[in-house]
This record gives sequence, structure tokens and C-alpha cells, in this order.
Amino acid sequence: MATVIELPVETYKGPVDPDWCPGCGDFGVLRSVQTAAGKCGVHPKDLLVVSGIGCSSNLPGFIHAYGIHSLHGRSVPVATGAHLANTDLKVVITGGDGDGYGIGVGHLIHAMRRNLDVTYVVMDNQIYGLTTGQASPTSAKGVKTKSTPAGNFESPLNPLVMAITSGATYVARGFSGEQKQLGELIAGGIAHKGFALIDVFSPCVTYNKINTYPYFKERVYKLEDEGYEPTDFYKAIEKAYEWGDRIPLGVVYKTEQETYEDNEPVLKKGPLVKQKLGIPKNVHQALIDEMI
Amino acid sequence: MPSSAVYLIDPSHCGFRGSKRAVEGVRMQEVTIGIAGAAGDGLDKSGDTLAKTCGRLGLHVYAYNSYQSIIRGGHIWLRVRIGDKKVLNHGDNLNAVICLNQDSLERHAPEVNEGGVIIFNSDKLKLDPTLVPKGVQTLGLPMKEICKEVEAEHGALQPIMQNTVAVGAVLAIAKLGLEEASSVMADTFAHKGDKVINLNVSLLKVGYEYAEKNAKAITKDWTFSKKRRPFVTGNEAIAFGAVAAGCKFYSAYPMTPASTILHWMAAHAQQVDVCVKQCEDELSVINMAIGAGIAGVRSMCGTAGGGFALMTEAIGMAGIMEVPVVCVEVQRGGPSTGLPTKTEQGDLFQVYGASQGEFPKIIVAPRSVADAYDTTVNVFNLADKFQLPVMLISDLLLSEHPETVDPEAFYSDIKIDRGQVVSEWAESKGKFKRFQFTESGISPRALPGTENCNFVSATDDHDEESILISDMFTCEPIRRKISEKRFRKMDNLLKEIPAPKLEGPADADVTLVCWGSTSGVVEEAAEILTAAGVKTNFLVLKWIVPFHAKEVQEILSKAKKKISVEVNFTSQMARYIKMETGVSMDGHVNRYDGEPLEPKEVAGRVQDILKGKKLDLDVSEEDAKQIAYHYLRTHYAEKLRPTKVVQESANGHGEPVWSIELTERATGKQGGKMKVGVHTGATYSFEKEPVEAK
Repeated sequence: MATVIELPVETYKGPVDPDWCPGCGDFGVLRSVQTAAGKCGVHPKDLLVVSGIGCSSNLPGFIHAYGIHSLHGRSVPVATGAHLANTDLKVVITGGDGDGYGIGVGHLIHAMRRNLDVTYVVMDNQIYGLTTGQASPTSAKGVKTKSTPAGNFESPLNPLVMAITSGATYVARGFSGEQKQLGELIAGGIAHKGFALIDVFSPCVTYNKINTYPYFKERVYKLEDEGYEPTDFYKAIEKAYEWGDRIPLGVVYKTEQETYEDNEPVLKKGPLVKQKLGIPKNVHQALIDEMI
Repeated sequence: MPSSAVYLIDPSHCGFRGSKRAVEGVRMQEVTIGIAGAAGDGLDKSGDTLAKTCGRLGLHVYAYNSYQSIIRGGHIWLRVRIGDKKVLNHGDNLNAVICLNQDSLERHAPEVNEGGVIIFNSDKLKLDPTLVPKGVQTLGLPMKEICKEVEAEHGALQPIMQNTVAVGAVLAIAKLGLEEASSVMADTFAHKGDKVINLNVSLLKVGYEYAEKNAKAITKDWTFSKKRRPFVTGNEAIAFGAVAAGCKFYSAYPMTPASTILHWMAAHAQQVDVCVKQCEDELSVINMAIGAGIAGVRSMCGTAGGGFALMTEAIGMAGIMEVPVVCVEVQRGGPSTGLPTKTEQGDLFQVYGASQGEFPKIIVAPRSVADAYDTTVNVFNLADKFQLPVMLISDLLLSEHPETVDPEAFYSDIKIDRGQVVSEWAESKGKFKRFQFTESGISPRALPGTENCNFVSATDDHDEESILISDMFTCEPIRRKISEKRFRKMDNLLKEIPAPKLEGPADADVTLVCWGSTSGVVEEAAEILTAAGVKTNFLVLKWIVPFHAKEVQEILSKAKKKISVEVNFTSQMARYIKMETGVSMDGHVNRYDGEPLEPKEVAGRVQDILKGKKLDLDVSEEDAKQIAYHYLRTHYAEKLRPTKVVQESANGHGEPVWSIELTERATGKQGGKMKVGVHTGATYSFEKEPVEAK
């Protein structure tokens, strides 16, 4: 592999400043994505950041890279198409828990089972922020929101367990209050060959008064500090279920598997976007002949 | 005559039936062969053999398979119309029928035209002589006897092989010879080796020889030009056209009648270097295609009406992001799951209205297989040049029917125009503006990977630099200007596509208006009407958005009588024309029973409209029989069949009813009675005990 020439974080300073609420967890995530891209030496021309809709999905507008700010829940298929079209691009998908685990969860599961070679950073704030505070797929049971005034009686989805069992090959959890680690986790995801899901606690300071910075600071611990090895599938699932007084941060599961791109025969001839368009005359004639 | 037509026409309406179509002799020599059986009987392969044989001989073929959403069983009805000139549709004649089961024999034997022949396996099936129309020959094939020698050489035959014997018989009575069919067999079974080829050729031969001895030919001698023509479906033409135009990415979710595009693409992926992605749903399908489009490859996706309903939000995304992408929408019987394997033109408004908001787009409906290829090739250039989504509307008939097409129609000399793509951008030129406000409305685009051109493709509305104007920096003038920029593309686009033209005599008494596959039927209907003294021309609307409103208004306002012909209930194209031009039709021909229109049917309906005759929607005697067959199949395991049908008035049901006598298949004895409402089609009663016993 070629030596990575790291780029400074300023390389990725976006054209406009983020319009998130002051104190929003997403600022830390943006900074970490920029740090990670720099660490991996991805030139802004080769970085494609794809999002859906939501506060966090505004991220592509705030980073110097190519961006696709797509539809609510559709960042994953848009990113899939873009990456299959040009595998030279480093594709980072960014979005929230509603976007990725709610309306877009079907696509996410399939992208993970395909082991597509992209990185997905979910800014998980356990609430719908842009729509002013409704329950999300990761909202805890009993939580009162605008849409659950008597308390949420649905169980939350466990993104890490879902990712591990669906076939993601790099599954991690970060916290925007732990930016240094988060930058490393995202860089690990970008460098990883295969689908990387990084679920990030990114507190909503306006609409979620429970899952706050102090809430997480009291509970989180780093897996690497305890000598955890993320290579065992079943141990990883066990770790992914850990919740309550102690919540793990770090790489929960990592494995090397063939990617979708490895198995797509047409990509063996190089990125689609660089291939010649149309078909040679002899092939054209053969296609007619087979119908006679 | 179609058994299930909503608008069955009285043959006297068109004035050609019986004396043969007046123009038939002039226009072409033709013969229509029907093959009927159940799904899994392999009759499509038999049809292919017959059609490919004709295609190699230099004859023209149009085939239509009426089938159902079932893998085994049900009823499959394949018609292969063969002519010595271009065949425009499956027609409404039936000169020979091969029936592979008892049900098929009862359904289709009565439909054979005078001079025709009914072919069946006489070892297994019984043909009730009362079902045979006057002047029609019967050719029962005693399979065991005929195939004795073949069996001695090759061992016991599978039931499916009777089809090949029957095809051999058709080759004889339709004067198509054995030689070319044998060459088709050799190619079809090349991968299975000589033994299988010899077996199939022998089966053709014994059928051929038996028919030569036992039946009269049903056609005159043909003149074979020997020009070899491919036998192609609309979907194959679309897929072929796409890859020929440089499509590198195709995504789809399986859905009839669009799936065969996916199958063709997957089967040829490595030969033509196209990345084929079967997705988890249609939301994913179109979003992937758009993602691939942004990244810079020519991309296409395909689906039926139901799948398209899921795609609509993303169509608008391609509109606001100005992404070139081609989306094929193949219409089938709706609404909802509707009639999954039947044809309809009911999705025009769905496609027209797809997605919230307003944005430039192309909607185009090719009219034939050759046109499907040409249209697909062209829309890739238009999509790139004008940076917008293209919706290519097809219908089940166009997409799934195969016809012979001149090989020249699949031209390979294709000029690929990617439009304005910036390949490099010096930093000294300042910021690259992806959505630059230009006079043409077209802004140069850059593909991700290009240095100094970074931008965001956003679903929120944005300024020239792609910075959102939706949240923090709203700005009314910019919103107005970017909307105008996007829509300026449409004015220029309209200049690049051809305006529709009247076809047929200029000074016509009546002008038929149609779109999509119906144009093949309308063209022939116009010929029939003209030959009958009603001078008829027709207008095919192909480019729907943008629309040549001025030209269409001029044409139609000069027409003496305007009649729309569509396979739908609500005449969507006629309504659309009225919206765009203010011109109303004088009448409408519609069909919405799942089957395509047929030329004599259209001609008859047009004559009725011209005479001011009101459309009769009552259940006809033939319809009543079909309703009875349906009831018996679904409730009574086909032990009975309808025989005598009599209309009764005073009966307590508030409408006249058809009283249908049911006969036991096994014994021929009276087995029951059914009453069906003449107006409503309601099934009022069914008595399965013999009536006398009560």
C-alpha cells in the first residue's frame, strides 16, 4: 500500500459555517470527520460525503469535499450508486438516527450484508431534532417527547447489534465528547476495506434533556483501555448489548471479508466512470445475431 | 375474436369480416397461429421456434403472449402473426390454433377463422364437433402413433415434446418448410449436443409429414426474401439501446413487466461491461441510479407502475440536483397490484405528476420495438446534455411482445454527447459554480474526483455555488432565478426533439390520436377504415414532456373528427392534450380488460362513434359464457362447461339476465344453471344439481 500523506484538518474547512445549535454534538463529529479524512490523506477531490435529511445530514454543506445531501433515509443507496460508479472515491455517509435507523434502516441492513466499501457515521442523539423533538428509533423506553407525551413504549433499536449481525465488518461507537478517539474511529472506518458503521453519541442540546453530555460522560468507558479485542463475533455481540451504568466506546467488531466491490466482475476493469462508453462493433453484432 | 374483450365488436361493424379484410390481399399475405395451454407447457419456446424460423426466412412476425401471474397452470395464449410485410400488431385473426389442453381447445377452437385449422393431441384431448366453426379443418395428432419411430430411436418422450410435433404440423400447413426450422433447432439446442438436436428435428419432421398428408395448407406459397431479422421484445430493445448508448449502471427490483430488462442486463453484463444491481426495493433502485449519475456514469433503472410509485420522491431529487438519469416505467394493469401480467396505459398521470414541486424532466413513450431502441439511445444524450431525469414510459404489450425488426434498426453508429462536463478547473478561475446561472439554463457540471470543483448536490434548493437557500440564507430572488434557470432548459430541449406529425392521408375524415404500443394497432385500424371509405389518419404522441403544444393544437384544430385510442378507462392522453392545447376529442376508444386493442376492434368502434352509436357495455352472450367459465373454474373444478346461453327479462333481479346452461364435461348431461346480470355482470345464482332433479 502506498504511504499515506496526512493532510491538515483545515484542508476540509467548508464554505459555510455550520448552523447547528450552539453546543450541538454534531460540531465534534464534523471536526472528527475532517481529522479522519486528513489522517487517511484523502484529497478533498476524492472525498464524497453523502447524507440524508436531518440536522446532522446538513454536514456535507459544512465540509470541503464533494457532497450529496440526498433524501431522508436514502443516503445509503445514493452512496452505493456513487461508489459503484467511481470506486476511486472515498465515500463517507453521515446522518442521524432517524435517517439511518428509522426511515432508511432497510437500505442500511442491505448495504451491510453486501459489505459495501463505505463508511457510515451516524450522529445518534436519540431524538428527532430538526422536526423539533419526537421519539426516534433509539429513544429509550419511557422517554417523554412531543410524539410520546405519556412516555415511549417502544423498545429502542440496538444499532451495534444490528450492524454486527447484518454483516458490517467494522462496527464502532464514539462520542462527540471524546473527539480524539472519535477521529481515530472514523479514520479506522475509512481505512477499513468493507462496511464501517460508527454510531456516535452526539447529544441534542435542545430537545433531548436526558441523553446529555453529562449523561454519557458518567457512563462511557473505552474498550481499548480494557484490552478488548474486537475480532470475536459472539463477544462483540455481548459487548454491543452492554448498556446502563457502563457504556463501551471504541471498535466493537472488526473482521476482514470480501467486499461487494471485490466480487463485482465489471469493476475488475477499473472504476466504471473511467471505462469507455458504449460497446465494440463486434459485440454489437453478436447481440443482434443472438436474437435471430 | 378476443374472448375477453370489453368492447367486442359486432363483425358487421367493420364490414370486412367474412369477406376477409378488404385490404388484406393488397397489403400483405399473412397468417396467425395461436398456441394455447397452461403455464409450464413450454409453449413460449414453440412460439420462438416458429417466429425465429419466419425471421430467418425473411417474413415478418409480431407475437403476443397473454398470460397470467402463475408459474404452473392457468391459461397461456400466444398468438404469432406472420406476414410478408411489416406486421404492426398481433391482429385479430386466427388461422390455426395449437391446443395443448382440453380447456384451451374449448376456449379457442370456436375462434378459428374460416379456412383455418385446429391442431391438438388426439390421444389426450377430445374436440366437441359443435365447437368447430364452419369451414374449419381439424387436425388431431395421434402422438403415440406419429412418434413411434422417434421413440424407438430416442426413448420415451417427455409430454412437452408434443409441442414440437405440433409446430412441425404448422410448418406444413403454413407452407414454411422444414429446413429453416431445423436450423433454428440446431442453434437452440447447440449447447445440448447433436442427439438433442436430432430428436427435435425428427419431431418437427413427423409432425410436418403427418400434417402434409392429413390437412390442407392454409396459406398460399410465400416469397421468402431470406433477409434475416432479429426477433426482439421492447424490453430487450430498451436494454440493448441503453448499453449501446453507454449505460454503465442498471439497477432494478424484480417486477413484471419490467423484469426482463434486468434479466437481459444481468445475462449480458460482462459482455457489455454494465454494472447490474438488484436492490432491496425501488427506493434503493432509483437512489442508486441517481448516485451513479452524480458520480458520472450513464445510469438507468427500470420498474413497473407500482415500483415507480415508490421512486417518485427521488425523481424530484434528480430534478433539483440536475442529475442525468433514465428511468423506465413499464405500465401494467392497475391500480395497485391490479393485473400484474396484463397491459394498460394507465400510468401517464402518475409519471407526469411524479414527485412534489416543479422541475424540468423528459417524459417519452416509444411506439414500437425499433423505436424503443432509438428512443433509449437518444434519451441518454438528452439526459446528459440537459442534466435532468428522463422517464421512458412503456407498457406491457410493447415491453414483452417480440417482433421481427430490421437489423438496421439496431444501429451501432452512436454519437455519445456527455454535454457540458468540466474536466479540469484551474484555481485561478475562481470558485467553480455547479449551478451557474446561464442563458441556456445548462450549468457546466463536474464529476466528483475533479480538482477544485467541490460542490454539494443538494435536495434543498441552493444558489449557484450549491449553498443552501432553504435554511439560514433564504433569498427570494435567488430562488426565483434558479427556478427560471432550470426551466430555461425546457425551452431549449423542446427545440431538439421532433414535433409529432400526422400519418396517413392529409384530408382525412377522422384523426385517431394515440401513444405507446397502441400506435401499431391504430396504424392498421386507419388502413382498414380508409379502405372501407372512411379516410383516416393518425397522430402518435411520443414526446410528452416537453410537449409540442403549438404544433399539436394546429394539427388537431384542423382535424374534422378527433378520436383518442388508449388502453385505459379515463383517456389520459386525451385529457393531457386538452390541458396542453385546449383541444377536446370528439370521441374516445378505450379498452381496460387487460388485453391490448386490436385493429378491427378499433375500426369498428370508430365507425360506431362516427355514426353516433352509443357504446354498449352490456354483458354479451360471449362475455356471459366467459363469466360462467370463470365461476366454474374457481368454484367447481371445471367439471362443467357452459353451453346454451339465453336472455331472460322478468326475473326479480331488476335487470335482464343471461341464463346459462351448464353441461357435465364427462357425460354431456345437463349439470346446472347460472344467471348473470346483463348490465352489471353480477352472478345471481348457480345451481350445480341437474335442473331436472329438482
